[in-house]
Amino acid sequence: MSRFLRPAARLAATASARSAVAPRALPRFASATLSVSQRRTFADAKGGKEYTVREALNEAMAEELEQNDKVFLLGEEVAQYNGAYKITKGLLDRFGDKRVIDTPITESGFTGLAVGAALAGLAPVCEFMTFNFAMQAIDQIVNSAAKTLYMSGGIQPCNVTFRGPNGFASGVGAQHSQDYSAWYGSIPGLKVVAPWSAEDAKGLLKAAIRDPNPVCVLENELMYGVSFPMSEAAQKDDFVLPFGKAKIERQGKDLTMVSLSRTVGQCMVAAEALKKKYGVEVEVINLRSVKPLDVESIVKSVKKTGHLISVESGFPFAGMGAEILALTMEYAFDYLHAPAQRITGAEVPTPYAQGLEQMSFPTEALIEQYAAKLLRV
Amino acid sequence: MFSRALRVPRTAAPLVRARPAAAARPATFRPAAFGALRTVTTDAASAHAEAVPDADDQPFQVTLSDESFETYEIDPPAYTVDVTKKELKQMYYDMVVVRQMEMAADRLYKEKKIRGFCHLSTGQEAVAVGIEHALTKEDDVITAYRCHGFALMRGGSIRSIIGELLGRREGIAYGKGGSMHMFTKGFYGGNGIVGAQVPVGAGLAFAHKYLGKKNAAVILYGDGASNQGQVFEAFNMAKLWNLPALFGCENNKYGMGTAANRSSALTDYYKRGQYIPGLKVNGMDVLAVKAAVKYGKEWTVAENGPLVLEYVTYRYGGHSMSDPGTTYRTREEIQRMRSTNDPIAGLKQKILEWSVCKEDELKSIDKEARKHVNEEVAIAEAMAVPEATPQILYEDIYVRGTEPQFMRGRTPEENYYYKA
Repeated sequence: MSRFLRPAARLAATASARSAVAPRALPRFASATLSVSQRRTFADAKGGKEYTVREALNEAMAEELEQNDKVFLLGEEVAQYNGAYKITKGLLDRFGDKRVIDTPITESGFTGLAVGAALAGLAPVCEFMTFNFAMQAIDQIVNSAAKTLYMSGGIQPCNVTFRGPNGFASGVGAQHSQDYSAWYGSIPGLKVVAPWSAEDAKGLLKAAIRDPNPVCVLENELMYGVSFPMSEAAQKDDFVLPFGKAKIERQGKDLTMVSLSRTVGQCMVAAEALKKKYGVEVEVINLRSVKPLDVESIVKSVKKTGHLISVESGFPFAGMGAEILALTMEYAFDYLHAPAQRITGAEVPTPYAQGLEQMSFPTEALIEQYAAKLLRV
Repeated sequence: MFSRALRVPRTAAPLVRARPAAAARPATFRPAAFGALRTVTTDAASAHAEAVPDADDQPFQVTLSDESFETYEIDPPAYTVDVTKKELKQMYYDMVVVRQMEMAADRLYKEKKIRGFCHLSTGQEAVAVGIEHALTKEDDVITAYRCHGFALMRGGSIRSIIGELLGRREGIAYGKGGSMHMFTKGFYGGNGIVGAQVPVGAGLAFAHKYLGKKNAAVILYGDGASNQGQVFEAFNMAKLWNLPALFGCENNKYGMGTAANRSSALTDYYKRGQYIPGLKVNGMDVLAVKAAVKYGKEWTVAENGPLVLEYVTYRYGGHSMSDPGTTYRTREEIQRMRSTNDPIAGLKQKILEWSVCKEDELKSIDKEARKHVNEEVAIAEAMAVPEATPQILYEDIYVRGTEPQFMRGRTPEENYYYKA
């Protein structure tokens, strides 16, 4: 861990010497992690296939259920209804009702139950219909799941995976649109990932299920139906992505855009537009993992571009953007040619009316315009 | 106080009826009323009346079916209700209007004019209407997201409700809330998180007691929500502090796509207060609902503590607009409820049978209701959307005049500074 605490200059100098930290006493996970190339690009020309994020998540769970009989799914409507958003479609038929379990609408209760099963050595995947409902259960996630290993002096691990849609969805109002990345990201003991593409979704969810710690997989409802190319490697049943490792979705030399989840796609569109209009090359970093956060990739990129914008859809106060900017200050201040900036969701409970809603979340146009301003182009 | 000792015939019968499975198969243990077995009738036209007067506002007595209620540790309400012709016609009009409004919402949603979630109460009209006819405007109602009918009955206008669904500035929540969040005097939403409204409702009851008012809080939740832990936390406080709270489970048989017996270990929702008396009501019969709530209010306002009601009802449509509602139940079941237990058709049948009015007059009530809804919908559709300005976006996050100096926008340039 000490590598995260080194000053930026030394960090950058030693970047090439780093190696992934393998969790102890988990050979399967460690070897799988290391076998995956860390600079994955879009699908290979041969064997490439389109997957929706929904299909990728479904396949991830199916494979893990197949490979490890300790894995089971529980949540509201996951079995007979095939999932409120159809992520668990077909899994009940395939694995039976011992392993795919419909719960009552009792988030605090079934989350606690999942945590208990994990303490006893099982590997539950606990679906929240949305992370907005996980607020009913956040005490179990934070106090029961995240802290137990530490409180037991390392005796009692808790291999539970919490997953479900998080953040902005369309037209569902204030109680169903909140982004919890920063909430869960702030908890020591939790790991938190936020996939954008289908490969992200599959690789991160599988890694989450295999990881011996409690992990929150923060998906996004609006991404479920979006198709992405899936490389041959990612279609295999041993495909996992490492935590704490961001992916450079687009190489660039003029500006670093750090983003996560759905806003990565918006950054890609804005980056393309900035290239067309102004000829500037934006580097887009897909964080993939909120905790641990890949500071090295950010520092390396800033060293190259000298400019940074973070783009996220959560509330600004003490949010993901605030964290990314603070880390940039701590580790990359000397490389910046201009103050780092953040684009966030607006500080307002999400309004229902469409015109107002649009003002509350980052848009491609806003990202483009704000980046152009930062670069003075 | 306890009905079992006092009213042997009426309360003993349901207990016997509730255990046919156990009786038939003594070797296998099955809890009482397991499965979809429901012992209160859902016949919407089971009441009868004699000696109906000519005058529109002269009260007369209606006798409810003796399968209208089931009780737990309490005497049932009187099986006779005093009504007037005028009130019956008003109840009929109210239910027709609620249904017409929900059908308009259904149409607007399918025309893609309504966004996000939209949960309709078609089939459950007798609950919202029956409750309102038993309350005064000083009583309170709180419910979850299937809230349009309650918002209307509590005094919201159709135009403001439809306007809200359409995201208009003149909507009931000024376009900020949407389908799930509606508030008006004596109506506290319109809440989006399953079960969270129940302890909040206990708070409404607490306030009545605190302020020394002789009013009740009617707190609604579904059969799915009834299992949430905080429901039981609210029960405990309400009983402990003797709050005037009428907890009420709208049991429409399915919490989303999960049948009641797949989510609840005890499907007798009226018994789930354990130490709180319960009353199960035929929720398809508006008169039974009215009688039960009126009785409940008198009971709880007389400082007898809370009650747990169960309104046995049925939702014709899916859970929300994205749920076709046919994967977890048969089309025949829906069709059977619609054709034989419909609350509107049931009351209509009674009105005609009791010669409250002629069929022509009912037809003109139908027509008037439809016309009113159409006009209101047209007005709502003509309403302007909220202007997409920072001033409107950031208004009402805090009480006006007490805001922080500014709220942060998506970028610092979009920060909104409140004018002092």
